[in-house]
Amino acid sequence: MADGSLPVVGQPMPADGRGRLDDLAEEVVRFPGGGIALVRSDVLFHWAQKSSLWPLTFGLACCAIEMMATFAGRFDADRFGVILRPTPRQADVLVIAGTVTIKMAPRIRTLYDQMAQPKWVISMGSCANSGDHYRNVYSVVPGVDHVIPVDIYVAGCPPTPEALLEGVFALQRKIMEAGRVGA
Amino acid sequence: MSAPDLTRFGASPAPIGIAIAPGVLLEALRHVRDAHGYRYYVLATAIERETGFEIVHAVRRHDPEDTLFVRVHVGKDAPEVDSAAFVYAGAEWHEREIFDLFGVRFRGHPDPRRILMPDEYPGHPLRKDFAMDTPWGYRP
Repeated sequence: MADGSLPVVGQPMPADGRGRLDDLAEEVVRFPGGGIALVRSDVLFHWAQKSSLWPLTFGLACCAIEMMATFAGRFDADRFGVILRPTPRQADVLVIAGTVTIKMAPRIRTLYDQMAQPKWVISMGSCANSGDHYRNVYSVVPGVDHVIPVDIYVAGCPPTPEALLEGVFALQRKIMEAGRVGA
Repeated sequence: MSAPDLTRFGASPAPIGIAIAPGVLLEALRHVRDAHGYRYYVLATAIERETGFEIVHAVRRHDPEDTLFVRVHVGKDAPEVDSAAFVYAGAEWHEREIFDLFGVRFRGHPDPRRILMPDEYPGHPLRKDFAMDTPWGYRP
């Protein structure tokens, strides 16, 4: 809010889900004239979670180049609270950026298991989504969802930084939706 | 010391291939290395033929500049050939890759493990009889 106050009930949610306080608009009950607002705690927590998604620094193939560009200055995922973490213990998003080989698959599972709850997975690019043209290669897993559960699939070969950011926004929307239904 | 003759780069003669009996492979490699100056190990590769496997060692020299392909043929059943790793140290990982993908064993190899595929992987995937629908691990 421009005047620094909390939003009032009934303000429209932005279509792209990119707002910060605006996402809370439908949930917040503001007492007229006072400095008190009410919001369900799980909604507040989900809002906090989606506003500071910290992915693990983990790249597998050429998609990782686009992912690095996404996190670097030009596309600057930091604008949306996305900051890379160098260890799975501190990360809550795992971006699978590239071809998953059967030799890497157990390592991916280990990294995923090392991340603390709550955690989400973005499958970036055709290889991680389905194996794509490596699908029937003897060394490749046909989709990372055979190894770990996936929240968001980003299409492309490789996806552009804009596409990966759109995937991040989709994940943010998903987290907020989970807050709305109290899941 | 005179400047190197840059005109010679890219003008190498066509590579020569020689077929060697498996029993004298190491002797032949030592000979071309010591007596003919093929001191640089380029690669080893393998080809599956109808009657067996052909192992090809590519070695190179720079004066005069050319590449020599030393080929050795082994049968299809339990293929095994002498390891060149103690003649050319660079051969070690190439031979591991050939073992990994073709299942050819190298006698006297210092570290005869797979190099790319997981240790427990079934079969050798570049063999022509390797079935692509091999049920393993993460296949749907």
